[in-house]
Amino acid sequence: MSEKSKEFWRWREYRHTMPDMDWHGAKMVTAGVDIGSVGSKTVIMLDGELYAYSVMRTGGVSEETAIRVMNWALEETGLKTKNVHCIVGTGYGRVNVPFAKRTITEIACHARGAHYIYGPTVRTVLDIGGQDCKAIRCDERGKVMSFLMNDKCAAGTGRGLEVFADLIRVPIEELGKASLNVEKEPPPVSNTCVIFAKAESVALLRQGWQKEKVAAAYHLAMVNRIIDLLTRVGIEKDFVVTGGVAKNTGIVSRLERNLGIKSLEPKLDPILAGAMGAALFAKALYEKQLGLR
Amino acid sequence: MITAGVDVGAKYMKIVLLEDGKNVLKRANGIVGFDIVKSATEVFEKALLDVGLKRDQIIRVTATGMGRKAVHKKPPVKPGEIVPDVIADAKGTYHLVPAVRTVIDVGAEEGRGVKVGENGKVKDFVINERCAAGAGTFIETMARALEVGVEDMGLLALKATKAIPMNAQCCVFAESEVVTLIHSKVSKEDISKAIHDAMAGRIASMVLRIGVEKEVVLIGGVARNPGFLPPLKKELNTEVIVPEHPQYVGALGAALLAFEMEGK
Repeated sequence: MSEKSKEFWRWREYRHTMPDMDWHGAKMVTAGVDIGSVGSKTVIMLDGELYAYSVMRTGGVSEETAIRVMNWALEETGLKTKNVHCIVGTGYGRVNVPFAKRTITEIACHARGAHYIYGPTVRTVLDIGGQDCKAIRCDERGKVMSFLMNDKCAAGTGRGLEVFADLIRVPIEELGKASLNVEKEPPPVSNTCVIFAKAESVALLRQGWQKEKVAAAYHLAMVNRIIDLLTRVGIEKDFVVTGGVAKNTGIVSRLERNLGIKSLEPKLDPILAGAMGAALFAKALYEKQLGLR
Repeated sequence: MITAGVDVGAKYMKIVLLEDGKNVLKRANGIVGFDIVKSATEVFEKALLDVGLKRDQIIRVTATGMGRKAVHKKPPVKPGEIVPDVIADAKGTYHLVPAVRTVIDVGAEEGRGVKVGENGKVKDFVINERCAAGAGTFIETMARALEVGVEDMGLLALKATKAIPMNAQCCVFAESEVVTLIHSKVSKEDISKAIHDAMAGRIASMVLRIGVEKEVVLIGGVARNPGFLPPLKKELNTEVIVPEHPQYVGALGAALLAFEMEGK
C-alpha cells in the first residue's frame, strides 16, 4: 500500500486466551458480546474469571460481526458457542447478537465491567468509544447511579481521533504519544466540530506548526470537551477511563492533568469493560437459572 | 451615489455594488482563499472593472460575514464599517421581500434564523456556527461520501422514490452511515433525500426556537440547492420564498446599510 493511500486510522484487531486456564472444569462458562459502533469485543469467562477475549472492527452487518467476534474469542479454546452457558449482548448493536439470551445497555455493562477491572472503589467511569463518550457514576457494587452520554457529535469520540490520524498521517495507536511530544502545550483548536477542526488544523500545518503540536492542540480541545461532560455528571474519585480511547495516553494524561486527579491503572485491557460487564451479567443470569441466587 | 457591500463568508466572498440604495449595478463573487484580503481585493477590483468604476467613486463600503473584520481596514474595502451578518441578512431580505418576518440563511459553515419586525429590524435571532451538520458543508461532505458532485445533490434528492431516516446528527458519523446505506443497496437518490431531509430538520428545529412567522425567506448559498427547499417547507409546515440571487442577500444588505449610513 502506498504511503498516500495508507489508512492511519486503522487499528489492530487482537485476541487472547489465558494460559493455565481450562474450561473443562468450569461450572459456569459465560460470555459478553459488545457490538460497538466502531469496535466489537467478546469476553469469555469461566466462573466469573476472564478466560478469553477478542477485539475487532465492527462491520456493516452487526449480526455477522457478532458471530465473527464470538468465534474468534473461542478460537484456540476448543469451546463452541453452544457450550457457553449464557451470553449477554451489549453495545450499540446489542439487538443483533443472535445467540444472546438477553441484552443489557452498555451503560450498565461498562459500570459493572469497570468495577471488575478496577475494583470496588471506582465511582466515575469515563468510557470513550468509537462513536460516543459516556460519563457514568456508579456505587460500590458497580451499579449505575447516573450517567451522561454524547453520541451525537464526533468531537470527543474515537472517531474524531481517527479522522485526525488520517489528516496528520500518524497511526492512530501512536497519535496520543505523538501529541505529548511538544515542549509547551499549544492553545486548543478553537472549533468544536471535527469537520471545522480539521480545516483549522490544515491552516495550522500550513502556518508551519509541527504535526505533534497540531495533534496536541486537537487533543486538548477534545479533552476540554470531555471534561465538560464529566463536570456535568459530577466527577467523583476513584476515576477510570475505559473504551478504546483509554489507550490514548495523550487524552488520558491531559485529562488527569486538567482535572488534577490520577485515574486508576487498569489491571486488564480497558477496551473490554463493556463485554466484561455483559459476561458478568450473563453469569448472574445463569446462576439465577440454576437457582443459585 | 454608489455604495458597496462585501460579504466574506466561510467559503465564498460576495460583493454587491449598489446605486442610490436601490439598483444593483454588479454582483460578483470569488472563493475565499487562504489570504482573505487578497481574495477580497481581486473580487472587488474585478467588479469595479466590469462596471467601469474607480474605487474612489464608491462612497462607502460595508463588510459583513465571518471574515468581515479581516477586510474592513484593508484596501480596497477601507474605509469601511462592519455589520453583523444577522443585520445584513435582515436588511437585504426586507429590501427584496418587505413582507418578510423570518429569514433563514444557510451558508457553507453557518446557519442562521432571523426574526424580522415590520420595519425590517432584527427582533431575535439564532445561529449555529459550531456544528458542520447544520450547514452547507454537511451536503458537501456527504456528496464526497456518495461520490457525486455537490451541485447534483439537490437534483438527485428530487428523484428519490422513498424517504429513509438518517440517524447520525454529525457530519463525521453521517459519512459512515452513508457508506453503510450504499452497502445496503439504497439508491443514491434516496440517500441524497435522506441527507437533505436530515439537514432541513436540523435547520427547522433551530429556527423554531425563535418562532417562525410568515413570510419565511430562505437565503444563502444553500438556498440554491433545489433538494433542500421541499423538506424545509415540510418541516416548517409553511411556504418558503427564495429570492433571486439568494447568496448575495447579505452583501446587498451591507450595501444598503452603507447607503443609509451615508445619508445620516
